[in-house]
Amino acid sequence: MTTPTPPAAAAPSARRARILAITSGKGGVGKTFVSANLAAALARRGERVLVLDADLGLANLDVVLNLFPKITLHDVFTGKSTLEEAILPAPGGFSVLLAGSGLVEYSRLTTEVREKLQEIIDVIAPRFDRILIDTGAGISDVVLYAVSLAADVMVVATPEPTSLTDAYATIKVLVTQQQRSSLSLVVNQVSRTGEGRTVRSQLQQVVDKFVAPMLPTPGATVKLEFLGEILTDKSVRDAVQRRQLLLETLPGCDAAKGILAIAAKLTAS
Amino acid sequence: MSSQPSTPQLSTLKLGAALHLLSQSGHAVPDLDEVGATVWLQAVIDALCDLSSRDPLTGLANRRHFELALSREVDRVARAGEPALVLMVDIDRFKLVNDTHGHAAGDLVIQSVAQALMDCVRPMDTVARFGGEEFAIILPNCPPSYGQTVAERIRSKVEQRQVKVPNHPPISVTISLGGAFAPQWVRSSATLWIERADQQLYRAKSEGRNRACLEMPPVSLVSAEEKGLLFGISQFQDIE
Repeated sequence: MTTPTPPAAAAPSARRARILAITSGKGGVGKTFVSANLAAALARRGERVLVLDADLGLANLDVVLNLFPKITLHDVFTGKSTLEEAILPAPGGFSVLLAGSGLVEYSRLTTEVREKLQEIIDVIAPRFDRILIDTGAGISDVVLYAVSLAADVMVVATPEPTSLTDAYATIKVLVTQQQRSSLSLVVNQVSRTGEGRTVRSQLQQVVDKFVAPMLPTPGATVKLEFLGEILTDKSVRDAVQRRQLLLETLPGCDAAKGILAIAAKLTAS
Repeated sequence: MSSQPSTPQLSTLKLGAALHLLSQSGHAVPDLDEVGATVWLQAVIDALCDLSSRDPLTGLANRRHFELALSREVDRVARAGEPALVLMVDIDRFKLVNDTHGHAAGDLVIQSVAQALMDCVRPMDTVARFGGEEFAIILPNCPPSYGQTVAERIRSKVEQRQVKVPNHPPISVTISLGGAFAPQWVRSSATLWIERADQQLYRAKSEGRNRACLEMPPVSLVSAEEKGLLFGISQFQDIE
């Protein structure tokens, strides 16, 4: 008998993947768009990447990627499929684990859901270089739990006031509840180069004044690392409407350059 | 044809063990001849339900009842969005009490702490014996700003209390408390909620006992002051 050759992504490696949770306060800031394209950008840099769609209950990574998955996390949870079968190749050279839309029962964080998610992470972590966890919007228990599985957190915000307020609220909860002293920030839909850094310093000042003093250790600091910005770009809307990855269709546009720069910064760190 | 509920034939039921349990636990059941079979049987069932939801030593809610009440509270918080607090309470160095003064004294200490907890809470709160020397309290509609005060009141009440033990100098004990708020509007789980309160209890123990540690509530609200700073700078830089 011959052993089937495992796909590249399934080759176990000695070290575990770096896990990055991608979250936002408010929905509709392009979190899933950023997750999918960032995964493609990291894959281009030679990383074996898996995106775990943890937006249980309202997943839409499949919509962004134009995938019609027959097998989702739901089937893994219910024992209908194995995890192997649910790991799907996505356009852009990375793998995805999709929640499947409408899994409302999982929006309630039971011990079972938590154990299953942890189990899944433990199985896939040795096989990839990086796992991106695309969490749901808002600050629910499921989102907080999904984020707690990750070593690094990236908050996606836009310069729009409600997005900024919600991003700040998310940062505040993550810092106080998970004692995170460092989070990274990506500013999407900026209207000019440099606006992202301005947004970061605004957030950092409020965090310094109001959030850091809430930590139990006196004098504790919280660092918001600026990972990059993505310019408002008509190409993004076109790609999203065609349900294609921006990096596949228009890799040279301003927004794509922003994403590639974020990937470069992530691999360098 | 409509079926009328038939009056149970008491003579065919084996009620000896149940009635013995009730009389042993001091539950009064009305006189059968006076109220009739149906009312009497209902009273027996009610008394058994009450018995099965209480801790025999302290008379507090037992763990079964607590878990039911907690699941209900999770649902209520998710729907109504009212803040609620769970406190896990543990008697400090209880093993030492048992080892030094004996188990009978240990039981008196547990009863005394139970009474102190009952004295500190509102009628709507649920105080339960969670197991051993551990208690749990559900405080519905408890705003985060009151949590620490309530927990501190309970802690000091127990500390001040003297447990009278026959032929023995009185014993005093302290407790550690850990508390966690339910995330408002969010459908969480009872297990996770207890776990979070337990982590705080662990923190209270490791920070030296006889103290109350509460998880910081999910501060997802952004104050006007915070918003001012967040957007004030933005306007300033735009002018620049």
